Amino acid sequence: MSDFTSNFWPIFITATTLLGIAACLVLLYVTSKTSAHGEGTDDGSTGHVWDGDLREMNNPLPLWWVGLFVISIVFSLAYLVLYPGLGRYAGSLGWTQDGHYTAEVQAIDTATAPVYAAFAAIPFAALSRDPQAQAIGERLYMNNCAQCHASDARGSKGFPNLTDSDWLHGGTPEKIIETLTLGRNGQMPAMAAAIGAPQDVKNVANYVMSLSNSPYDSVSAGLGKAKFGVCAACHGADGKGNMALGAPNLTDGIWLHGYGVNAITEMVNKGKVNQMPPHGNRLTEAQIRVLASYVWAFSNHGDASAVSP
Amino acid sequence: MTQEIFLYQAQQKIYPRSVGGVFARWRWGFVWLTQLLFYGLPWVPWGDRQAVLFDIAQRRFYIFKLVLYPQDFIYLTALLVISALSLFLFTAVAGRLWCGYTCPQTVYTEMFMWLERHIEGDRMARMRRDAAGWTWGNVARKSGKHAAWLLLAFWTGFSFVGYFTPIHVLWHELTQFGLGSYESFWVVFYGFATYGNAGFMREQVCKYMCPYARFQSAMFDRDTLIVSYDRARGEPRGAPTHKVGVDNAALGDCVDCDLCVHVCPTGIDIRKGLQYECIGCGACADVCDTVMDKVQRPRGLVRYATENAMEGGWTTAQMLRRVFRPRVLIYTALLWSLIGVVGLSLWLRTPLHVDVERDRSSLARIVEGGRIENVYRLQVMNASEAVDHVHISVSGIPGLALASNADFVIEKAQSRWVPVRVQLPYDGAPPGSHPITFEITEPDSGAKVMEKSVFLVPR
Repeated sequence: MSDFTSNFWPIFITATTLLGIAACLVLLYVTSKTSAHGEGTDDGSTGHVWDGDLREMNNPLPLWWVGLFVISIVFSLAYLVLYPGLGRYAGSLGWTQDGHYTAEVQAIDTATAPVYAAFAAIPFAALSRDPQAQAIGERLYMNNCAQCHASDARGSKGFPNLTDSDWLHGGTPEKIIETLTLGRNGQMPAMAAAIGAPQDVKNVANYVMSLSNSPYDSVSAGLGKAKFGVCAACHGADGKGNMALGAPNLTDGIWLHGYGVNAITEMVNKGKVNQMPPHGNRLTEAQIRVLASYVWAFSNHGDASAVSP
Repeated sequence: MTQEIFLYQAQQKIYPRSVGGVFARWRWGFVWLTQLLFYGLPWVPWGDRQAVLFDIAQRRFYIFKLVLYPQDFIYLTALLVISALSLFLFTAVAGRLWCGYTCPQTVYTEMFMWLERHIEGDRMARMRRDAAGWTWGNVARKSGKHAAWLLLAFWTGFSFVGYFTPIHVLWHELTQFGLGSYESFWVVFYGFATYGNAGFMREQVCKYMCPYARFQSAMFDRDTLIVSYDRARGEPRGAPTHKVGVDNAALGDCVDCDLCVHVCPTGIDIRKGLQYECIGCGACADVCDTVMDKVQRPRGLVRYATENAMEGGWTTAQMLRRVFRPRVLIYTALLWSLIGVVGLSLWLRTPLHVDVERDRSSLARIVEGGRIENVYRLQVMNASEAVDHVHISVSGIPGLALASNADFVIEKAQSRWVPVRVQLPYDGAPPGSHPITFEITEPDSGAKVMEKSVFLVPR
């Protein structure tokens, strides 16, 4: 109820709830009897007669039904004491949705702890061949990673392919665990100003294309080579990238954000911020290790979809 | 003069007298049939599992050979429709047969009354006991009765939960006092409901809670067999006497012994005609026959008869001929065609289900050699108890081929998400969406499933 700034609504809700419950009790009492009309009521009617022959019969409600009604009223009052329901009152049990959720997550974590404890004793490489761990890893992957990296882990434009051996931030088990836990921020600054005129940018793009033996204009590339110095700060003088910075290797023919001179020109002009969200707050350490072993297996044991646990 | 009328009513305790006869034997037959099934079925083994087990946590429902998934829910719907149609049919033919013979409320009440009768005695004895109040004998017998009731009730609750948790496991847990909280709750809840409904609520359930009770009367017509009192034969009622001035010859066959009222589980007088409280159990017909035998009159003063037959004085053959009327024939035809369709569907059911989902992250990508690649997730569900070795192939566009592994192992009664990549050569199809078909085969069982999807070619 903290979302209300004024006291009016909590009071209104409390009053309506309690009056409603009280009204039920009053209704139950008021409708328990009626006054007979005219002569005797031996025929089971109330003695009320309309249109000469239309009689109102008494078809009594069973008392146990009334009892159930009273029980439900008592229940609702007890509920309102124990749980939040009346305005700002938090309930004597202190129950919250958040707390309930946390408790359920903890219960699951406790229940699965022995499974993960067994995995902890298995070396990483062996874990990546363990059928049970890989089955769990597959489910973790499908639920947490497949949305961006695709079910077959081959990614799509802007979302890296996890099955090749080209890694932006490193493909060792430790680095994968780090990426999963903390997330990554890939930053390519807009470099147009540093490089110079639009033609210079085009020249650099051609030079970059030449690094991976992709089709390029050799004259333009020759001119661009001189300007590549600004890029070399991150991508290295040889263009092989720098995993410490997450700067991609430009020589391997793998194009995460699009292929061709135009795509590279645009990247240089506008730059790019790409994000891998952290999962350390969603998955436990043990889960991340299993997941990392599943991802690691793609590039170390062959095709993702070829792995049959 | 005005007078207050109370609009709520305390439950009038009914002391049904025990009864024997042809209808009572039928009822006990159904009690044995339904209850042997209910209590016994969870104990029937099937391979290394329970024959009938509804595993809610795993979402697998085992019925002998069948392994059902939540995706097979349509069969439950079909079962309910079949049950409803059977109810319509039986009701149109002979009234509330369900209520009188097989309804759990009737069946458990019958069992509870049997215990009651053997511990506390029959109607008169029970009435005397209740009038006498808290004597030592009463306390002892009533405690015995409630103990027996509770034992039966909780065994019922235990058997019920045994359909959801393997009953051997449950029994083991019970004997070790290690029942889980959900299991304990349902054993106690179902047991308590049985105890309350069959021990105390009884006819109140039929009169005030049961919706079927009310709408079944709406399905009667003038040719429906209902428990009826033959007014023409019975009236004027009265016991023959030797008093002077009473003309015994003028009396009808009804000796006004009130036994039909005493045996009635809902406490009504059948001689007042059809009433909504009547559950059609035939107890009054049974007891009246014994009385007619004693007074050497023909049986059947209270009997199953139709309204038309009563009014027209029809013979039994005339009356039964009207069973084959359009309403009944239509219900029968509908019922049997539905049973046939469902049976056929179960017979032809492939124990392998596949759902195809296009991958959510990428529409299409261009890979080596300019080939166009789409990614799909196939959920392969093994609805059998053998390990499946499925093979996946794809068709629909010339040159379309699977680029990833085509063979997968699906463990028994398990489902698995399988990612597959499908590739089309460059220029294999114009840009747009193209229908394709996945074919999933299982060589061991011969199962074959075709699933449609689309292949997207980008512009």
